[in-house]
Amino acid sequence: MNGTDSVSLKGKKTDRDSDKQIIDGNQAAAHGAKLSRVQVIAAYPITPQTPLTEKLSEFVEGGEFKAEYVTVESEHSALAVCASASMVGARVFTATSAHGLAYMHEMLHWAAGARLPVVLACVNRAIGAPWNILNDQQDSVSQRDTGWIQIYARNNQEILDSIIQAYKIAEAVYVPAMVCYDGFVLSHAAMPVDVPSQEDVDRFLPSYRPHTILDPANPKNYNLVTLANPRVNTEGVLCHGYMELRYLLHEALQNSGETIIKVGQEFGELFGRSYTNMLWEDWLDDADIVIVAMGSLAMEAIIAAGMLREEGHKVGVLGLRVFRPFPTTDVVKALKRSRLIVVFDKNISYGSEGATCSEIKSALYGSGVNAVVRNFIVGLGGRDVKARELADAVNKSLLSLKEGVLSSQYSEWICDI
Amino acid sequence: MIFERIGPLKTSAINLTETEYLLPGNRTCPGCALSLAYRHILKALEGHVIVTVPASCLTVLHGMYPVTSVNVPCVNTPFASTAASATGLVAGLKALGKKGLTVLAIAGDGGTHDIGIQALSGAAERGDDFIYVCYDNEGYMNTGNQRSSSTPVGVITGTTPILGKQQGQKDIATIMEAHAIPYVATANASYPLDLYEKVRKARTIQGTKFIHVFTPCPPGWDFLFGDTIKIGRLATETGWVVLYEVEHGNFRLTAASESIARRGTLKPVREYLREQGRFKSITEEQINKLQDWVNTRWQHCLDRAGNS
Amino acid sequence: MGTRNCHHICDESSPGIGEAGRTGEWRDVLPVIDQKKCTPVRQNKPACYLCWLYCPDTVISKTIPLEINLEYCKGCGICAEVCPVQAITMVNEDKVL
Repeated sequence: MNGTDSVSLKGKKTDRDSDKQIIDGNQAAAHGAKLSRVQVIAAYPITPQTPLTEKLSEFVEGGEFKAEYVTVESEHSALAVCASASMVGARVFTATSAHGLAYMHEMLHWAAGARLPVVLACVNRAIGAPWNILNDQQDSVSQRDTGWIQIYARNNQEILDSIIQAYKIAEAVYVPAMVCYDGFVLSHAAMPVDVPSQEDVDRFLPSYRPHTILDPANPKNYNLVTLANPRVNTEGVLCHGYMELRYLLHEALQNSGETIIKVGQEFGELFGRSYTNMLWEDWLDDADIVIVAMGSLAMEAIIAAGMLREEGHKVGVLGLRVFRPFPTTDVVKALKRSRLIVVFDKNISYGSEGATCSEIKSALYGSGVNAVVRNFIVGLGGRDVKARELADAVNKSLLSLKEGVLSSQYSEWICDI
Repeated sequence: MIFERIGPLKTSAINLTETEYLLPGNRTCPGCALSLAYRHILKALEGHVIVTVPASCLTVLHGMYPVTSVNVPCVNTPFASTAASATGLVAGLKALGKKGLTVLAIAGDGGTHDIGIQALSGAAERGDDFIYVCYDNEGYMNTGNQRSSSTPVGVITGTTPILGKQQGQKDIATIMEAHAIPYVATANASYPLDLYEKVRKARTIQGTKFIHVFTPCPPGWDFLFGDTIKIGRLATETGWVVLYEVEHGNFRLTAASESIARRGTLKPVREYLREQGRFKSITEEQINKLQDWVNTRWQHCLDRAGNS
Repeated sequence: MGTRNCHHICDESSPGIGEAGRTGEWRDVLPVIDQKKCTPVRQNKPACYLCWLYCPDTVISKTIPLEINLEYCKGCGICAEVCPVQAITMVNEDKVL
């Protein structure tokens, strides 16, 4: 849908100009990139991301915004183009899904290690074999060790807002960021989205100041071979070894939580929608049972929690917004009153358990929170997940709790096996 | 010292600039033809360049953090992505309105013919405005000499240790010509002034420019490091490496290949082969096939030159 | 401590001579120019300079007389090979010392 086809209601909220449109997740992402005034875009089409690349091409070719749009021949090249353009000092954007993300895996490591504030939209899709174009989160979750900030959107508004914020965050801490949203469930589903004005976004987002210098008058080389041990430079300063440089990335990613919250606060002040937490908390004040989920599943979980409350249970929802850096402190605080935590994962670390479940357990270790954690694997390959199924899984967990079974050895899969 | 001449000059050792962009004390082997070729490529660009290199001998030449032996800005990029990285540099510079800098992608035969060919083909199809130099030492030399698609038939390498390579060489210059880019040229480190002129010319052309530079490798090919220039010259004198350029589709022989075409004949290929230990297992049959291949290609070049 | 005086967040490297150390230590033969044969020296004007042109390591200066930086010369012998008047000889290190 283009601007003339979508339902548009020009609105004015106090001193903010905004335009409410009914758009799908891909369009929301495209608007986010456009409003962020990205300067170089390189993306390769892959279902269900394709309409996002097409929307951006339309914006650029139609003259709606000025950017270098590179029609690359692969995803690996897409991120290579973005990384080098970012080194020169341009603000860059790419987007992909599943196999595309896997194809650029090497470059994900590279961009993070080179400390480049690339922003990538990952439209979550299942990975083969076998082929499956529908939604799950295996693609982005399996890249959690590459050193990127990972933010998961629950709805299309959050997609647009998170992309704009991602630039401010990434460029402040020099760590790349991926904004992930569920393929088809969000990417192809239209919902009302407040599209901010360019003027407001310009006030929010300063221009990018690179830390890299590519100037013949002051020649520097980047991404050279780095030795295991620190090495002295020509001025006698002991410079980093590989491990120190990687530590600095880890430290920056770890500490980026502060920046994420600060940027979320600033966003709220300007646009009226605050993002002052790394997680979404619903009904946690009096809950002793908490459902944990990420992405659009967190919205489904709210409906499930509602059903369970009608059945007399005090259930709350912890929607994980930021997966990397993992918000350990906030998670522990949110879960401190719980006695049962049910984690739904749309991914699986084969041979172990769902990734979110592992992270939650790890966060709770030594915290004094004495809760049982149960893990359910749901929705892989686009298997529909209904709120009722989530509620039933919680009931099943409660039953096993009453019977004295404190933990299960393996994650349970909600499917036909 | 400044040397003055009158009128337009062809570059010579005498008038070639003294400014160096390669600093002494780099990690290349003694007698490295890549080092020599790179030295002159950078002179041709007057250092007004951003270079991008993949994993290769050139990465090693550039040095290890925090010191580099090259006095130009450079971005290292993963192995398969040299051309994509160059595309990114060009796009970034354009987006920022920064003009006048040349982007130079420079990779070995491994990073060009093999793992890097997809990105290179993509960039050439888009016509991205940079110079791509492939320095060809006919093998994966940085990892200790394993075969690449540019390794000649019969050659012993780490991955063809007993039988020698079974296939011939991939003709990358012809492949790049098929992309209809405005400039494709071959060059040879043993003829540095010809290489210099070609880079100077490429610099003035808009679009994707490709230069294939022959760079003999003493340890990889098994010859004495002092013989690098001699081996390179023999390659052209026997027709193994033909020096030419194709500018907007117009073919022209250059330097020694041009002189041989005008008033000489090629030396037999075996004079080139016998100087290198890597051909020690080559059979008489393979040598004869190679001679036929060289002869056919030389005739083809003569025909093209005659028709241009 | 240690590397904290270094403010790099990535591996930004600056140009320097001798990145690989004193590469002159690699060689066992070194080039010696016979100034009586060297063309620019004999003619006392810019001429030839082929050894300078072909040196892969930029250790020969384009001066009269030409000078070779023995701290970094790797002793490859290309200069001796290309000199059209055989003015350069590769000599064993021990013999020179």
